[in-house]
Amino acid sequence: MADGSIIPEALSQMLVLLSPSPPGWGGNLLRGLMHSLQIALGAFGMGLIIGTLGAYGKLYGSPLVRDLAGIYTTIVRAVPELVLILLLYYAGTDLINRILEASGYQRIDISGLVAGIVVLGFVQGAYATEVLRGAIKAIPQGEVEAARAYGMSPTLMMRRITLPSMLPYALPGLANLWLIATKDTALLAVVGFSELTLETRQAAGTTKAYFLFFMAAGLLYLLITLFSNVIVGRIEKWARRGMPSVREAR
Amino acid sequence: MMGSDAVSINPLQPQTAEQAEAIHVWNLHKRFGALEVLKGVSLTARDGDVVALIGGSGSGKSTFLRCINFLENPTSGVIRINGEDIEMVSDGAGGQYPANRRQIERIRSRLGMVFQNFNLWQHMTLLQNVIEVPVHVLGMKRDAAIAIGEQLLERVGLSAKRDVYPAYLSGGQQQRGAIARALAIQPRVMLFDEPTSALDPELVGEVLKVIADLAKEGRTMLLVTHEMKFAREVASHVMYLHNGIVEEEGPPEELFGSPKSERLKQFIRTVS
Ligand SMILES: Nc1ncnc2c1ncn2[C@@H]1O[C@H](COP(=O)(O)OP(=O)(O)O)[C@@H](O)[C@H]1O
Ligand SMILES: [Mg+2]
Repeated sequence: MADGSIIPEALSQMLVLLSPSPPGWGGNLLRGLMHSLQIALGAFGMGLIIGTLGAYGKLYGSPLVRDLAGIYTTIVRAVPELVLILLLYYAGTDLINRILEASGYQRIDISGLVAGIVVLGFVQGAYATEVLRGAIKAIPQGEVEAARAYGMSPTLMMRRITLPSMLPYALPGLANLWLIATKDTALLAVVGFSELTLETRQAAGTTKAYFLFFMAAGLLYLLITLFSNVIVGRIEKWARRGMPSVREAR
Repeated sequence: MMGSDAVSINPLQPQTAEQAEAIHVWNLHKRFGALEVLKGVSLTARDGDVVALIGGSGSGKSTFLRCINFLENPTSGVIRINGEDIEMVSDGAGGQYPANRRQIERIRSRLGMVFQNFNLWQHMTLLQNVIEVPVHVLGMKRDAAIAIGEQLLERVGLSAKRDVYPAYLSGGQQQRGAIARALAIQPRVMLFDEPTSALDPELVGEVLKVIADLAKEGRTMLLVTHEMKFAREVASHVMYLHNGIVEEEGPPEELFGSPKSERLKQFIRTVS
């Protein structure tokens, strides 16, 4: 009887702490999650754009373009991400404001969201460049040649042939990058951006319910991954529509 | 030898002075670094001509065909397609490249190329492959392109496969699909580069039949092939290439019936 009453009481305490409205901290966690997802989506999208340009630059660019792309991917992949984030965040915002002041404008407050997207997107772009470059190289050359032989312009060929053909080869790598993006948002806690990890630390620190809140955050990260896997699986099925499955091909 | 005109013997297309030149190549040279692959090849194909290119492996047949639609940039020489001279500019390193990318794209979209390895786009169904160029390069309405595409697939015996992806088709079916893709652009000239060389022997016949039908209806074609019997039947003119030079050329019965050069005699013996 005594035991029976303790468990429900502990449970109801947890539920109060996790409830979405004060005094619960669930709302803060969910807000942090939304911020994390926004940054991850933005950074991943920006990484895709940089990666596409980088991959084309590395494969088909002039020697100068190739060198620049090479320097970019090498440096970004060599320096620890935390260092890059601190560097880009503080140095980057400082640089922009100096430029603004020098040209006679007011200093601006760069929103943490935008800064976070740009900083992480810059990092993602380097990895995406390598993923996409490898995928483009994996396209059967005959298909590219057929596109040229039928008079496709370079942009039409990219849109209609190259990008759709390389997608099956790029997807596993891109899916990895997406998951890394969702977790790298936690690094932005160091610059004080209130994403999921920082919100969790605050909730845990205030209530001293460390285990509860970090478990809850871990669960949210896990849910992102599980949900992403379902989506990626569908996209992959679609992208591989012209390819017999590995099992069939055996 | 050089520049002698191909003469049509196709009964459906009686040779008249009016037959316009579809392709005119004069003194074409191509080198890859130190290796000179084409050493002055000339050819004229008029509407309705079927020119067969034969020769040993490495003699430059594919390179010649690929120069005609500028998949390779010829080192020197004149190429005129549809009566249009292709302007070239020097690259300053002994080579040249087309001055106007748009002109090349326009000309390519009137030359239907069929490759040894089919090269269908794997992420598109057969019908999507066939309508891709008409819709996205030539600007045809999608409905009209589909109507034509369906007719062409019917013609090559692939109506039932219109929504199938190339990887699920046999080599012979893929090549017939690739021929439908080439026909869909209403090409002035069709270019075939060993269209049956990658096929299992039992699938060669179905593809050759389609090509023979095209020849019968008066299509202008340039055909690289190792099928000597077939070349003899469908070609109006045969060119034998050896080491980048046209060693001998003429009507098929002459070339195969009474070859003059010792090399050609030997070549015919080894391949047949
Ligand atoms: N892109 C290339 N770079 C260097 N050499 C090439 C290239 N393409 C073809 N060659 C060479 O040119 C010669 C002729 O090749 P090809 O035209 O393919 O001959 P064929 O089609 O008659 O067998 C061969 O020696 C081949 O190795
Ligand atoms: Mg060849």
